[in-house]
Amino acid sequence: MTLRRIGFALLFAAFGAAPAWAVLPHERLADPALEARARALSLELRCQVCQNQSIDDSNAPLAADLRRIVRERLSAGDSDPAVLDFVVRRYGDYVLLRPPVREDTYALWYGPFAVLILGAVGAAVYLRRRRPDAQAAAPALSEAEEKRLRALLERRE
Amino acid sequence: MKRALYFLPLAAFFALAGYFGWGLTRDPSKIPSALIDRPIPEFALPELAGAGRPALSTAAIKGEVALVNVFASWCLPCKVEHPIFMRLARERVVPIHGISYKDKAEDSRRWLADLGNPYTAIGWDFDGRVAIDWGVYGVPETFVVDRTGTIRFKHVGPITPEILDRQILPLVERLRRAS
Repeated sequence: MTLRRIGFALLFAAFGAAPAWAVLPHERLADPALEARARALSLELRCQVCQNQSIDDSNAPLAADLRRIVRERLSAGDSDPAVLDFVVRRYGDYVLLRPPVREDTYALWYGPFAVLILGAVGAAVYLRRRRPDAQAAAPALSEAEEKRLRALLERRE
Repeated sequence: MKRALYFLPLAAFFALAGYFGWGLTRDPSKIPSALIDRPIPEFALPELAGAGRPALSTAAIKGEVALVNVFASWCLPCKVEHPIFMRLARERVVPIHGISYKDKAEDSRRWLADLGNPYTAIGWDFDGRVAIDWGVYGVPETFVVDRTGTIRFKHVGPITPEILDRQILPLVERLRRAS
């Protein structure tokens, strides 16, 4: 009985523990609204060191620096886009985990849909062309075959 | 004519495969700097105490074609590229400014005492705040700055003799000739 309890306790400790964020307690802002904005912005920014993590997730020292800067800018009264722009000016569009929709990124954003539509049009044209051909190409039934076909159909009815 | 059309998907496939194949040969850890052809950031760093070099600021860099090198004593690749800077300094090829990045002053100082100090001026960026304005994400990083204080080139990682001879020195020459 007690053993089972201990087992449950261990399980709970292993899986029920709060997820470990990289954001350290001392980094958090006192104002919950600002802190929430900081967290949301941090999720949008790529950590340059471990490139597929956001600075919110990353334990890299540079990510911690950037988290601090995001909070600094927010505390100074910057709007969300202004904060992102501040980082982009230093590190380029690459820091944005969601690339901006711009003329030079149209291919990135709309390319897959264009390819899909192109493929669908191609497939439609191909199938439409093939059908009448297939019908025309089928050889006409001989007299004997016609007879057999009629016999089969009558039998079914 | 129509036959040729059937090969279009295959051709498109090979074009894409070739493009992606080329992509695989590129190093994703090298991110092009957003600061190329932009003015150097406004900053003023304190001097590295005891290194015997003046402090580094925006004004100190402007006026002459120069290299700006971000280094740290804890950074192994910095040690690899250091002899190149020592040679450049000895032969007075181009002034090199140093930014000591996230390093204790005494560690940086001892490192320079051991390996030699090629820098004209050194800024001590202990918390790495100024380095972020330079778009630094890993040391060493080396910038080529022209006379007007515009960043013209950035290299992430240690400078090799090849990069120096093929890219940096020709660029320095070009920038010097351009008024």
